Amino acid sequence: MKEHTLIVLLQDRAGVLHRTVSLLRRRQFNITSLSVGHSEMPGISRMTLVVDTADVTQVVKQLDRLVDVLVVRDVTEAPSVQRETALAKVAVDEDALFALITRVRDAGARVLDVAGGSVVVEITDSPVRVDAFVEDLRTMGLRELMRTGRLAMMRGEVEMSRPQAFREQGDGAGEEDAA
Amino acid sequence: MSAAMRTGAQIICEALIRENVEVLFGIPGGNIMPLYHALWEYHAHLRHVLCRHEQGAGHAAEGYARASGRVGVCIATSGPGATNLVTPIADAWMDGTPLVAITGQVSRAVLGSDAFQEVDITGITVPVTKHSYLVSDAHELPRVVAEAFHIARTGRPGPVLIDVTKDAQLATVTPDWSQPLDLPGYRPAQVPHADSLQAAADALSRAARPLILAGHGVIQSGASDALLAFAEHTGIPVITTLQGLGAFPQEHPLSLGMPGMHGWVHVNRAIQACDVLCNIGSRFDDRVTGKASTFAPRATIVHVDIDAAEMAKTVRADIPVLGDARRALEALRVLVPTLDTASWRATVHALRAEYQPRQAYVRRERIAPLMPYDVFDVMHETFARRADWRVVTDVGQHQMWAAQLLEWRRPGTHITSGGAGTMGFAIPAALGAAIAAPNDTIWAVVGDGGFQMTNQELATIQQEGLRNVKVAVINNGHLGMVRQWQELFHSRRYSGTPLSGPDFAALAHAYGMMGVRVERVEEAAPAIERAWRHDGPSLVDFRVDQGANVFPIVPAGSSIGEMITQ
Ligand SMILES: Cc1ncc(C[n+]2csc(CCOP(=O)(O)OP(=O)(O)O)c2C)c(N)n1
Repeated sequence: MKEHTLIVLLQDRAGVLHRTVSLLRRRQFNITSLSVGHSEMPGISRMTLVVDTADVTQVVKQLDRLVDVLVVRDVTEAPSVQRETALAKVAVDEDALFALITRVRDAGARVLDVAGGSVVVEITDSPVRVDAFVEDLRTMGLRELMRTGRLAMMRGEVEMSRPQAFREQGDGAGEEDAA
Repeated sequence: MSAAMRTGAQIICEALIRENVEVLFGIPGGNIMPLYHALWEYHAHLRHVLCRHEQGAGHAAEGYARASGRVGVCIATSGPGATNLVTPIADAWMDGTPLVAITGQVSRAVLGSDAFQEVDITGITVPVTKHSYLVSDAHELPRVVAEAFHIARTGRPGPVLIDVTKDAQLATVTPDWSQPLDLPGYRPAQVPHADSLQAAADALSRAARPLILAGHGVIQSGASDALLAFAEHTGIPVITTLQGLGAFPQEHPLSLGMPGMHGWVHVNRAIQACDVLCNIGSRFDDRVTGKASTFAPRATIVHVDIDAAEMAKTVRADIPVLGDARRALEALRVLVPTLDTASWRATVHALRAEYQPRQAYVRRERIAPLMPYDVFDVMHETFARRADWRVVTDVGQHQMWAAQLLEWRRPGTHITSGGAGTMGFAIPAALGAAIAAPNDTIWAVVGDGGFQMTNQELATIQQEGLRNVKVAVINNGHLGMVRQWQELFHSRRYSGTPLSGPDFAALAHAYGMMGVRVERVEEAAPAIERAWRHDGPSLVDFRVDQGANVFPIVPAGSSIGEMITQ
């Protein structure tokens, strides 16, 4: 089993998320993280999917088979940036506040709110660094935590968002009939 | 109302006619009534077959599709009507049968409120449909119906569901028939890449012990002629999966027969011995491969498939060839030279001589007056004299005996539920096949268990005047295949398998059909002849021995090298 990060472009249509998640569940692919939202193109959503699997090509092919899925790309080995965000509420007394704020600053996180003995902080960073920061917070009075799924984007001039181009170059898919 | 305006229901009818649909199988009800109201006007073009259960309607549409090569269409109302279609939809999904199911849905205003007969059928069928639509705007119908048929029939064919709200069926709009298909994410492969074809050709050209495994895909892409030409040109022997029966003429010297759990010993041995296995249009189902990791251990595997996701799903694909089977075969015929397979064929034929396919089924003295395989022997003889027949089998022992003991010569003549193994398939599917192939005699071969699941469709067969349906009930008083497993693998504990039933011949009479009972082997041939000649649907109730088993058998999960032959 290995963790794989996939980028998926899909038609923004009713039921498409259900179909995608149902497929992964049915085929026993383990979802570690999933985030989905708008892409730069109207009507096309973009998903970053992290799956734990021994057979990522099956995941890619099965997703690709869905009618509303335009592009599936395994970016695990590709040069990419990956980010997660976490909001955390930490209970601190006045004495500990300074230490917390220092930690937040060192980690490149932000304090969003300070009220009545608790502080809400936000961190957006690579998954490993978010992990490390959250572990830190656990020793400092972590009360609540909300993490997003992962977002991934390839570096450089890769044209992720042109389904057609990707289809034609990629994955051994045959050409289609003129019809 | 302007001349161009139509109700949503009328648009559905016209869209179906544009797809060259001629027959629909269904049952009406509240939320699909507007469509039935419209069907009345279009009856000259669209024949509606009223089934007795929506499951029957779905299987009938499948049987129609399998016999005609066209898309089968079934209709049901919302709620229970729609859920009754789930089994045939799943069946079509597993066997890659092109099917469009149209269901009524509650009106948009009450969607999601648990309204009367509301069921989330698009949600329920997500795992077993290629795609589905919930339509609440009649303007979308021309495009949606066209897309549904396109998806159902292309690539690896399969079921598509269109769920239409009642208000969309009732709405009056001006249909726009010029809407293009909007399926940018759906691009099924067609033409195999030259590189992959060359790699396959190189492997085959170097092979000393090559083997072709022909599956359903050969039949679906109309590649039987291309397969015959390729096999004859190269001299490579051909084995055919359950769903591939008929893809290659079984009487041909290069034909070896069926592999897998109930395949012939020499076929499974050939697979284990071959050095190149060229799978064309089979998805390496576990009933074919046995324990997948031990399958064809010495072979380079060439896998020709229209569906990329089938490659390396269960068995490694050393050389995947993505694309249509017919195109691949035509291309390979040019690329692969005539091979010297004489000694390899001699080896396999020697194996065949050693493990006589029919050896377990030889009539011995002092056995029951009618053994099930006697029936198939007689059928085989009767069928051999004729060409105009097709057989639809149900699921169980009789299905395997039919596959083993009848001679399959033409594509589309063997119709069965393979992937899902749906008992109750045969009678309704035979009704659909009878409509698709009115000039052929359709034999439904069915166990007494499966027959009692959907035999209500005999009424449909009568009402539709389908004279070309003949039913052979292989009546062993048991859920036979399960009984066999209990005997072989579950210490003969016959839990829940003894089965009673009515007098099936009398039941046939009650439905207005000819019905006869056969209890002795010498009665079998005359009964089959009589049923065949009878100008109307008929049924033969074969009271066979209750303890007969299907051999050979590979125990589930074992290697196909390990067969029990007696
Ligand atoms: C709908 C459904 N239920 C249960 C099964 C499990 N099953 C497989 S074969 C079989 C026995 C079939 O008995 P019968 O129809 O009498 O045929 P036979 O095996 O005796 O030829 C059963 C119960 C199934 N395949 N389908």
